[in-house]
Amino acid sequence: MPEPGPDIRPVPFRGGGFAPRSVRMVGAFVFVALIAIAEIGTRQGWISALTLPRPSDVLATFGELWDSGLLFKHLQPSLTRLAVGAALGASIGISVGVLIGLFSYIRAGLVPLVAALFPIPKIALLPLFVIWFGIDEGSKYALIAFGTFTPTVVATYGAVDNVDRTLVRMGQSFGLSWWSIVRKIVIPGAMPGILSGLRVSLAIAIILLVAAEMLGAEYGIGAYILEAGSLYDLERLFAGVVILSLLGVVVSAAISQAEKRLLRWRS
Amino acid sequence: MAAPRKGRRRTPTYLMELRLNSVSHAYGHTEVLRDITLTIPEGQIVCVVGPSGCGKSTLLRMIGGLERPDSGEILQVGAPPAGCLNPLTYVFQDFALLPWRSVEGNIALALEDHRLGRTRERDIVAGVLERTGLSDFARALPRQLSGGMKQRVAIARALAVNPAVMLLDEPLSALDAQTRELLMDDLVTLWTRTPFTAVYVTHNLAEAVRLGHAIVVLSRRPGAVREVVEINQPLQNRNATDPALEARREHLWQLMRDEARAADAELAHA
Repeated sequence: MPEPGPDIRPVPFRGGGFAPRSVRMVGAFVFVALIAIAEIGTRQGWISALTLPRPSDVLATFGELWDSGLLFKHLQPSLTRLAVGAALGASIGISVGVLIGLFSYIRAGLVPLVAALFPIPKIALLPLFVIWFGIDEGSKYALIAFGTFTPTVVATYGAVDNVDRTLVRMGQSFGLSWWSIVRKIVIPGAMPGILSGLRVSLAIAIILLVAAEMLGAEYGIGAYILEAGSLYDLERLFAGVVILSLLGVVVSAAISQAEKRLLRWRS
Repeated sequence: MAAPRKGRRRTPTYLMELRLNSVSHAYGHTEVLRDITLTIPEGQIVCVVGPSGCGKSTLLRMIGGLERPDSGEILQVGAPPAGCLNPLTYVFQDFALLPWRSVEGNIALALEDHRLGRTRERDIVAGVLERTGLSDFARALPRQLSGGMKQRVAIARALAVNPAVMLLDEPLSALDAQTRELLMDDLVTLWTRTPFTAVYVTHNLAEAVRLGHAIVVLSRRPGAVREVVEINQPLQNRNATDPALEARREHLWQLMRDEARAADAELAHA
């Protein structure tokens, strides 16, 4: 009589997961699906036209904007404000962040200040900016710059803190000058953190663009949206919002490109 | 490629030695080094061995001026050799390569501040790459290299500044056993071609008897010199199976065993 064989079965699999990979087209599919639902819903009437504009109407409004040339009339000043304000805020933010990361006294003095400034809704300071920088472009640049500054500072000094100190010691042991160590070791080492910080700060810059254009701007995406909003013109409101979203996607893609080029060394 | 070859033929002119006079140090209330007096003679490799936590890496950081001892002094006697860009040059355990720079970029880093001119810089880089057998990897990034190759790059970088004294901090400890053997051979070849002065900190006694002209045994914390063992056999004639070297290794282990055990228990208590 054969002995009862041992219980044989495959070892249960417990690994896998926790490692997101990039999956193409799914993101686009979600967009398309949501827009399709809105379109079908508004056409069939189970979404009231009062609650949501029909996507095709928004597209038509967008077409009108394009045809009349108003699109660029609004886009051009907005992009200038965004570029100038964000460039100012980000570059000052990175410089101050690096200084906080490197000098104990600057850190001791500025970290509490930055912590105090960070949670202030910058929009609340609009009147102050108008008094300081005038009702023109100056106050708009300042508002966007200030809004990008704080998150950039926080991300940058965190990134500088995370630079491998053995690399800094190595630089010192080869007699590198202070400036060489900062330029060739600290800043490249902090670059991953700085770039992911910029991703957040530039999104904030776009948010603040609308706020800045509340300050009596004749042209600009923000001004366009505010005007449409006060008239409850949902098609135009949405057309403006779509432009802002696209702007966000473009900025995010630009940072991804920058990461790809600057951080090629990271596998 | 021709220039470094000529340089290698030149008789080495290493005129600098290091002297440590009763160096002591404490971190807060923990005394780590006690009254270390040592001479590192030119053209020789001095190995420092000791149980973990005996302060040997601290000692090395002090020798290179990265840390200050509480008392005692570290003196450099004589001038560094002509063309020496960085008299006291480290090779670190974890390689300390910049991941964003290629192999040649990492070596050039040590030269850039000296404003040697592009041609001179490129010649030096090419020369040390050739000496360390890395010429084919000049453009590779550190992440593409194995641990052994990374440490070869770090050694090439150290050689590029033509140091008076090389300070090696457990340079092979992060590598696997086979790679360690290969790199020891490389170091022996490099030293035989152009003798250099070095302080070599390790906890691996096989490395010490293979590479050291003198082996300084430190006691456990606070580290003090227990014994200095000299090995006169030329480096290129030493090999792992040599019974004489094995006897030396055994002797060193006898010296260290009880200290190492006590140090191990001490760390567990702390």
